Amino acid sequence: MKASVGGYARATDLQHAITLLEAADGMARVLAGGQSLVAAMNMRLSTGDLLVDISRLSELRGVTDEGDTIRIGALTRHVDVEGNALVRDHAPLLADAVKVIAHAAIRNRGTIGGALALADPAAEFPACVLALGATLHVMGSDGERTIAVEDFFQGLFETELEPEEILTAISIPKAEMGERQVLQEVTRRSGDYALAGLCLVKRQGGHRVTMLSVGEQPELATDAMAKLDDGDIEGAIVSLRAEIDPPSDTKASAKYRRHIAGVLLRRAVDQVTGDAR
Amino acid sequence: MSEMFRDKIVIDLTVNGEAVQARVPAGQHAVDFLRQELGLTGAHASCEHGVCGACTIRIDGEAVRGCLTLAAQLDGSDIWTVEGLSDTDAIRDLQQAFIARNALQCGFCTPGMLMAVEELLSKGGVPDRAVIREHLSGNYCRCTGYEAIVDAVESVARARADEVTS
Repeated sequence: MKASVGGYARATDLQHAITLLEAADGMARVLAGGQSLVAAMNMRLSTGDLLVDISRLSELRGVTDEGDTIRIGALTRHVDVEGNALVRDHAPLLADAVKVIAHAAIRNRGTIGGALALADPAAEFPACVLALGATLHVMGSDGERTIAVEDFFQGLFETELEPEEILTAISIPKAEMGERQVLQEVTRRSGDYALAGLCLVKRQGGHRVTMLSVGEQPELATDAMAKLDDGDIEGAIVSLRAEIDPPSDTKASAKYRRHIAGVLLRRAVDQVTGDAR
Repeated sequence: MSEMFRDKIVIDLTVNGEAVQARVPAGQHAVDFLRQELGLTGAHASCEHGVCGACTIRIDGEAVRGCLTLAAQLDGSDIWTVEGLSDTDAIRDLQQAFIARNALQCGFCTPGMLMAVEELLSKGGVPDRAVIREHLSGNYCRCTGYEAIVDAVESVARARADEVTS
C-alpha cells in the first residue's frame, strides 16, 4: 500500500519544530529516522499525518560526557549508538542491544529517540533505558522538562510526551565500577522482533530487571529484583514468571513467553556471574 | 497554519552522480520516486515495511531501506542505486560472482542484495560466513536458500583482499 499523508514540513531548528507541532493542532507526527513511522504509514496504520521532519536537527545528534551521566541526543542513530566509545564504556547495554535491533540497513537510519518516543513494547531500547534508570529530556512550547524513565512509558505505544513536545535527549547514569549490564532475548530469526527479551543490570544498590515483548509497556520486574538482591535466583525466576502478563499471539503463546522469561533470567544471571552455559 | 505543511516538496539531490531536481508528493517513498519519476527500476518496492530488503539503496554512503525513506527527505542527498554501481563497474566482480555461483534465480532480490553486500565489502577484510549471513539477514531471497549468495560474497571478499595484499 501507499502512504496517505496530510502534509510535510522540514524543521530548521528545534524551536521551528515546536512551532510546527503547535500549528498542526494535534495532527502532527514527528518524523525522525522513519524506520517505524514510514512503515506504519505505508501500511496505512496511520493516515493524514502532518509530518514534522526533525531529521536535520544536528543539535539533537551525538553523545556527550556530562560527568556522572552520558547524554545521548535523540537523533543519534542505532549504528552510532553501537559505535560510540562513551556508550560502550558507560552504558554497554545499549551498544549490545543495537546488534539485535532489526537489520544493518535499518540501524543506519533508525534513531534512539524515535524508538523511545514510539514506545513499542517489543523494542529493545525502551526496556534497556528503563533497566538503566535513564532520564529523558523533552522540549515543548513551555520550555524544557525532564522525565524519569519510570514515568515515561504509559502503555501500548503511549508515553508521557505531550503532542506538542519533542524528546531531545536521554541521560544515562554511568556504569559503576563492577556494574554488569546484560541483554538476553529469543528470536526466531536474526533481526526479528524478540518473542521475549530481558535486561539485567547489577549494581551495588541492587538488581534492575526489565523485559520486552511480554506486556503493553516495559516495566521493572520488582518482585524478581528483590529476590535477586537476596541471592535467591530460583525464587526470582518464579517471581518473574508470576509478575509478567505476556500476550498470546501468532508468534508465541503467553505460556511459552512466561517459560522463556525464566530461561532468559537464568541465562542473564549466568552471564553476569561468568558462568555462561 | 496548514500552509506550513506542503503536499508537494521540491528536492535537489544527486542520483548516480547526476544532479536531479524534482517536486515530490509528501507521502512518496524513495523507491517509488526513483522508479516512477526517474525510471530507475533496479530498486524494488516489495513489502514496503522494511522487512524484505529488495528496496535497498545507498544514501550518503550507507545502505538503507528505500521504502522507509521519504523522497522529501532526500533533499541534498547523494543517492546511488544498482544502476549507478553497474554503469560505473563498481560491482562488476560481485555481479559476475553472483552469476558464477548461481546466487540468483528470479533476480527480484538481487539489486537489494548487491547494495547490502557492497556496504559490507566496502569495510574491507574477509568477513566470515556468519558475519555475511548476519549482514544479509534483512534481505530475503525466496529462490536460492542463501548458501550460494554467501559463497559469492565470500569469494569476492577473498579476491578483493588478495588484490589489496598482492
